[in-house]
Amino acid sequence: MRKIRTLLYCFGQGIRSAWRNRMYTLASAGTIMACLFLLGVFYFVIANFNYTVESAETLVGITVFFEEGTTEERILEVKNEISFRTDVADVVYISAGEAWEKYKKDSLNEELAATFGTDNPLADSASLEIHLKDVTKQDALVRYVESFQNVRKVNHSESIAESFAGIKTLLGIVSLGLIAVLVAVAVFLIRTTISTGISVRREEISIMSIIGATDFFIRAPFVVEGMLIGFLGSVLPVGLLYFLYGEVIRTLREQFESVFTALQFLSREEIMGRFVPMALVFSLGIGIIASFITAKRQIRKIELQH
Amino acid sequence: MSADFDINRELSKIETPVITFEHVSKEYQKGIAALENINLRIYKGEFVFIVGSSGSGKSTMIRLLLKEILPSKGKVFVVGRDLGRLRRFQVSKYRRSIGVVFQDFRLLKDRNVYENVAFAQRIVEVPERQIKRQVPKLLSLVGLMEKRKAYPEELSGGQQQRVALARALVNNPMILLADEPTGNLDPKNSWEIMSLLEDINKRGTTVVVVTHNQEIVDRMQKRVITLKDGRIISDEEKGRYQYAKN
Repeated sequence: MRKIRTLLYCFGQGIRSAWRNRMYTLASAGTIMACLFLLGVFYFVIANFNYTVESAETLVGITVFFEEGTTEERILEVKNEISFRTDVADVVYISAGEAWEKYKKDSLNEELAATFGTDNPLADSASLEIHLKDVTKQDALVRYVESFQNVRKVNHSESIAESFAGIKTLLGIVSLGLIAVLVAVAVFLIRTTISTGISVRREEISIMSIIGATDFFIRAPFVVEGMLIGFLGSVLPVGLLYFLYGEVIRTLREQFESVFTALQFLSREEIMGRFVPMALVFSLGIGIIASFITAKRQIRKIELQH
Repeated sequence: MSADFDINRELSKIETPVITFEHVSKEYQKGIAALENINLRIYKGEFVFIVGSSGSGKSTMIRLLLKEILPSKGKVFVVGRDLGRLRRFQVSKYRRSIGVVFQDFRLLKDRNVYENVAFAQRIVEVPERQIKRQVPKLLSLVGLMEKRKAYPEELSGGQQQRVALARALVNNPMILLADEPTGNLDPKNSWEIMSLLEDINKRGTTVVVVTHNQEIVDRMQKRVITLKDGRIISDEEKGRYQYAKN
């Protein structure tokens, strides 16, 4: 009961302090808002890009050809072993007959195809078509497949895998850099806000310290203030992004359907379900950590200056 | 036998001193000593004046007792406990056993008299029921019950110091430290505060008063410790301020 009263007291003091320094509180919350908004935009771009890549990755395949005379049994044995790998989405066996039928359909006209009669020039071209879960793992899988006996040739597209991996890395680095700068600005502003709050309450802190208040009791209101700044800073961008995401996706689909056919978008509920917890952890985390460190340092200074 | 001979007080001196300074020196800057080799014992129930000119080290002694600073050399003990060995989380608990009043009162201007006194109990998590019982008792003791709803700026200096006294006493400290408690008061208010301190002392609280006020020191006839340039130059039972001039 006593602890609850102390917590309520600290919350009350934190809210009072935030209100007393409302201009600084708003400035700090505003920076977190900007930070979180940009974080959200980058996250949405990356998440949708990943989603598109994941969808596309299942289309990027590796084709495995076998040495002449390799039995169907052996090929199916290899297929089974490859299927067990966690980075493999699926493995399809294409018999020599299916390969010839496909070739005829894709590359020969009917007349030319008829000249072959019942012969199958691709008699030794039974193959396995492997689709990956993550295209960046392609190299490792190729090396693994090449290690099998009877494997003659492994066809794969290095450029697609590399460009997908490259774009993901680039986006990751750019967004991390930008977020780091914004976090630094947010931390700086929160520290300024908390320091102002502390200097306004300097007298009170010094009295509290002398008459035996615990560190927790003295610091907690400022940590509450930091939490409040973090929370305020997260509400607006989350709401705005929720609204904007739906609108932007709808517009992209309606107006630029031909350009964006290759792109796959996550649903608003799906992406917000991932983003909201992340945003709260981010904003509350910055608020709590920055205010805790600032309160600890500033209060020690006051105690020493008394 | 003198009329004010108190056997209990004399017997209590056989016990562990409440405050002990053991070869204490304090340097804020290298080579400039605020205190130098102070050896001192103050016993339970004593009323002690610490006098001396500005810069003689009086306030440094108070700061050492509050464990705001640590000695450069030597040790400070309170009830046998070495303050230098207190961990940070133990300091707050220790300070609750020390009441302190300052020359500038240090009241919270945005809270009324009652809230200023109750604040000292709230921060040490005293139950509200106990606060409601204890605070009026203390306000009556210092004669400010009628002013309980007034804010500090509506009070005279003497009244503000009485609020500070009530706040210092509300948690039943065993020691009361007063740093120039009459420094901002006129003679009438000064005497009121000193007589309150004397009453508090008679109830068993050890009182240590740092002061410049010669008239009060001379008339009260208490133990007087005189500091000069960081050293104790005299320590007299029923002493007089004039020793400071020696």
